[in-house]
Amino acid sequence: MMGFSFRRFGAVLYKEFIQMRRDRITFGMMIGLPIIQLFLFGFAINSDPRNLPTLVEVNDNGPLTRAVIAGMQNSSYFDFKGAVEGAGGGEEALRRGDANFVVVIPRDFERNVMRGDRPEVLVAADASDPSATGGAVAALSGIVTVAISETLSGPLANAPGGAAPFSMVVHREYNPEGRTSTNIVPGLLAIILSMTMVMITAIAIVKETERGTMEMLIATPVKPLEVMLGKILPYVFVGYVQTIVFLLAARLVFGVPFEGSVWAFYLGFNLFVVVNLALGFLISTAASSQMQAMQLSFFTILPSILLSGFMFPFAGMPGWAQAIGQAVPATHFLRIVRKVMLKGGDVSDVTGELWALAAILLVISVIAMLRYRQTLD
Amino acid sequence: MSAELVIDVRGLTKDFGPKRVVDHFDIAVPKGAIYGFLGPNGSGKTTTIRMLCGLLTPDAGEGTCLGFDVLKQADQIKERVGYMTQKFSYYEDLSIRENLDFVARMYGLDRRRERVDRALADLGLADRSRQLAGSLSGGWKQRLALAACLLHEPQLLLLDEPTAGVDPKARRDFWDEIRRLSALGVTVLVSTHYMDEAVQCDFITYIAYGKKLIDGPSGKIPEMVGLETWRVSGPDLAVLAERLAREPGVEQVARFGTVLHVSGTDKAALAATVERLKAEGTHQWSLQVAGLEEAFIYLMAGARDNFAPGTQARIAS
Repeated sequence: MMGFSFRRFGAVLYKEFIQMRRDRITFGMMIGLPIIQLFLFGFAINSDPRNLPTLVEVNDNGPLTRAVIAGMQNSSYFDFKGAVEGAGGGEEALRRGDANFVVVIPRDFERNVMRGDRPEVLVAADASDPSATGGAVAALSGIVTVAISETLSGPLANAPGGAAPFSMVVHREYNPEGRTSTNIVPGLLAIILSMTMVMITAIAIVKETERGTMEMLIATPVKPLEVMLGKILPYVFVGYVQTIVFLLAARLVFGVPFEGSVWAFYLGFNLFVVVNLALGFLISTAASSQMQAMQLSFFTILPSILLSGFMFPFAGMPGWAQAIGQAVPATHFLRIVRKVMLKGGDVSDVTGELWALAAILLVISVIAMLRYRQTLD
Repeated sequence: MSAELVIDVRGLTKDFGPKRVVDHFDIAVPKGAIYGFLGPNGSGKTTTIRMLCGLLTPDAGEGTCLGFDVLKQADQIKERVGYMTQKFSYYEDLSIRENLDFVARMYGLDRRRERVDRALADLGLADRSRQLAGSLSGGWKQRLALAACLLHEPQLLLLDEPTAGVDPKARRDFWDEIRRLSALGVTVLVSTHYMDEAVQCDFITYIAYGKKLIDGPSGKIPEMVGLETWRVSGPDLAVLAERLAREPGVEQVARFGTVLHVSGTDKAALAATVERLKAEGTHQWSLQVAGLEEAFIYLMAGARDNFAPGTQARIAS
């Protein structure tokens, strides 16, 4: 048995670069698409939406009512579109989607407040999309309380029942303005890397089998390891380019900070890239055509988006789903990126995630190697 | 290993799942010979060739290829064998020169540029070397593939249906090249479906359903098949052919231009039928020596053992 030949490895690598350069569309997909996605999603996704269309049903015309409405309007969550008459009008508007909220000010609202009768202000929210209305609902009671206490002054200042016995102070750490892009942009790096790395590696390898060139390759003295490394390394390079572009854009366009240790990021990033390449390689051993490779890759992408904590909070999922999420490489890279970029973490903060990635890598590689031996014969 | 035999294997067997694709296949190929490898689609030709050049490990069997053990020394065999796949297996998105250069690097050849230049000149593609391989026509792709698998000057060429889908002129040129190489001492094992190619081989082996049915020098094949052939000429041959196919002793009716070749292995039964028909006086009958063509039609259609036993004689045209 002869050992690893750097000349043959280099020849495969060189060939792969030529092919990559000739395949304009894939090349564009690798570099252009991530940038477009970053800008599109970075600007478009907002988990704390404002200016939601709101209607009001006013049954009391006092200054207190006007204060409540003005307070809601000023919070920027609510955008008053007009008034409705009677209960049926509000319901109809919600159902048609003309408004996300209908605020009902009850009859004799002001008088009842003065008396300390604790009247009820009904806010009907369209909760068919909870995340659209959640932020506004959460802010609502504070807004109303403040509006009322500012209006009632002098002897009536304490009329509504006085101040609460304690006060809550919430600090929004690591993202004080609560901007979605600060959360989304680092997460997108994990998603885009897993998308391109897994899919492109899988396709690049399956392409050789599908076009019959693999048969020619293995008829030459070239070793499987030389082929694999030669084919995969160019895509590691692509991953580096994507990440650099990404980090620059995150910093310059979205103002996402990079607080933590570059070394910790670099370590996590490289490990994540290798895990994805191994996953792509594993897929290539199962797929017999580029189409299948593409479809199988898509199966890995959806959990990366939905179960990794990128889209929805990880802690909010049931235990079994969290267990699946733990097996998704993007989950751990996402945590590394957020810890390092936003929370200023260093290597010791991300050791757990690094080990998790290493464990995933080990499992994937073992399965891939076992399968690859079979497919050679 | 015998100094004369380039390939000498016995009992090669390969299973894919429950299916036995190659079943105890033996072959002995002398140096410099052109060995024809025939058989219907799916008969195990490609699998056998892949086992011989180290692409597949046989499940059973033993033997040598170029003096190296087919089971244990696949690496040494790969370095010395030129394997041309059935399907064009070079990179369509690389230029002709890049493909040749890549193959030369795979074999770690010295004087790479010189070899590639010479191969391009031999191909007559020196001025088109930058053209992408994918834009070549079938015949040119085949020539490129041959040039690529000759770059490392192999002592043994394994060609898997090299002329499928190639026009007759290109096929003739291709065979001229094969004979030239054979004269230089290169051993060639070539699988084919074409009878006119089979007759160019020095030796022929016929395989069906993984089993070798016949193997010998091409001149002796008709004798080994044991076919007797009558030549018939006269009017309304199509009608006669239909009728003959149902007669006892007639196993094959093949039309060659304006005559029919009526063959069978049961000489007595065939002769009786011929005598009976001859008496009708409508056609001219003559006994002739069975040629390779009849033997091959017989063998190619010889699925009688495999597809549907006991079918009546076939009419080939």
